[in-house]
Amino acid sequence: MNAPLESTVVKTTAESTRPVPARPGIDWLRALLPCGVAALFLLIWDLSVRFSGSDLFPKPIEVARAIVELIQHGLLVKYVVASLFRVSWGFALATLIGIPFGLVLGWYTRAAQAFNPLIQIFRPISPIAWIPVAILWFGVSDAAPIFLIFLASVFPITVSAMAAVRNMQPVYVRAAKNFGLSEWELFSQVIFRACLPQIITSLRIALGIAWLVVVAAEMIAVNSGLGYLIIDARNAGKRYDLVVAGMLMIGLIGLGLDMLVRKLENFDEVRWGYANRS
Amino acid sequence: MTAVTVSNLWMSFPGKKNPVHVLEDINAEVEQGEFVCIVGPSGCGKSTLLNIIGGFLPATSGQVLVQGAPVSGPDPRRIFVFQENGVFPWLNVRENIAFGLQKIESAARESIVAHYIEMVGLTGFESAYPAELSGGMRQRVEIARALAANPDIIYMDEPFGALDFITRLKMRADLVRIWERERKTILFVTHDIEEAVQLADRVLIMSRRPATIQDVIEINLPRPRDLDSPGYLEKRDRIFASMGMSLGVG
Repeated sequence: MNAPLESTVVKTTAESTRPVPARPGIDWLRALLPCGVAALFLLIWDLSVRFSGSDLFPKPIEVARAIVELIQHGLLVKYVVASLFRVSWGFALATLIGIPFGLVLGWYTRAAQAFNPLIQIFRPISPIAWIPVAILWFGVSDAAPIFLIFLASVFPITVSAMAAVRNMQPVYVRAAKNFGLSEWELFSQVIFRACLPQIITSLRIALGIAWLVVVAAEMIAVNSGLGYLIIDARNAGKRYDLVVAGMLMIGLIGLGLDMLVRKLENFDEVRWGYANRS
Repeated sequence: MTAVTVSNLWMSFPGKKNPVHVLEDINAEVEQGEFVCIVGPSGCGKSTLLNIIGGFLPATSGQVLVQGAPVSGPDPRRIFVFQENGVFPWLNVRENIAFGLQKIESAARESIVAHYIEMVGLTGFESAYPAELSGGMRQRVEIARALAANPDIIYMDEPFGALDFITRLKMRADLVRIWERERKTILFVTHDIEEAVQLADRVLIMSRRPATIQDVIEINLPRPRDLDSPGYLEKRDRIFASMGMSLGVG
């Protein structure tokens, strides 16, 4: 008769003694560790300059002043925007062409047989080697660095999309064919979606390369941007504080770009492709 | 009416030196609305046979007629449920089940999807992605996706092979319950004799490679089946015996 009552009592007791996991708080150490390493780096930098007695290489505080100077002249924003503008165009073109091209090469064996040797010949040519050609074709304009960035990022994207199709689980294609998808639907709804996690990883790599290349391209072909800042500051008066300020901005923006692309990996539609990653 | 007719089917794969003969003169028929299991030892070519019937593989010679017409490729009127789970990981449960319904207008589509989500017991998981589900739940999604497309025939290639024992029992019971409601023709490949006896109207027993159909056993037991009843045990032991195994040896 009172069995139900007893079980309720037992349940309540269990409820109260059941261990409650500690709520994870803010991981301070995780935030503090990189800051500590950065501070240590700045300290060693500062001390090294002081002990060496160099009057050309700047101390960290001089670099900070140089950045403030750039901001006051309105040059920092202008140069950053100029560099980002070129990267955006070159990278967007590479994405728009590289992904479909890579998917087609991965899917149609004959297309890969036809195009792959040519791609593998073009791929190892450094974008820097293309600079004279880019100037010849496009002159001193934004088109030259955009072309170089396109060249630098289109190959990693294409090759990676191609590999992604080849490594795709065949069961997805079989299921899709069973449902009577047309060739276009098969590409857009299944092949592209199945390869997207790997494509996003390749975009991250390609964007890093693009950012490396824009700075190199701006050193030669144009008169704005962070690469231009570095070369101009050196040539115009050995302003190494501005040179290092330019380098620092390149690094910081590179970090920001990478974090931005990494955000793409968190979407539900692709997260399945990054197993065992927190 | 006959749903599937396999006649004089031969299948060989080109091997390293000599061709590998997998299927040798297979003849079989499956009636409309019938639940047929194909059992045989591992590697005997059961999956190959189902893939040929499903239109995913061309046979070396012979003919497969499905609803009177020769099979020329996969067809949305016959949906395949894959051993390795063909649910799309980039779509959630609802989107996966709706995958075969793209040509249907959205209100009707939603009600079909809701109906089958309920039928396979996934209510509450509509927005979950496959990676968040257990293996059994992922197979439920795939079965629901197959049913939602309203095919005439469902081909199942060891769909419960990767599941644990308890989940497998539950899935079989649910599949029988669903089949009794829908009365689709089901052609189900398994290496598990118990599974075949629990599910099928008729069991086709394949021999070792090169495989032929060596025996056909009718399982005229009422459903849901009592796994301890003499009738069940007798059918099971007959299949064991037919496959050349004594229960003592295992």
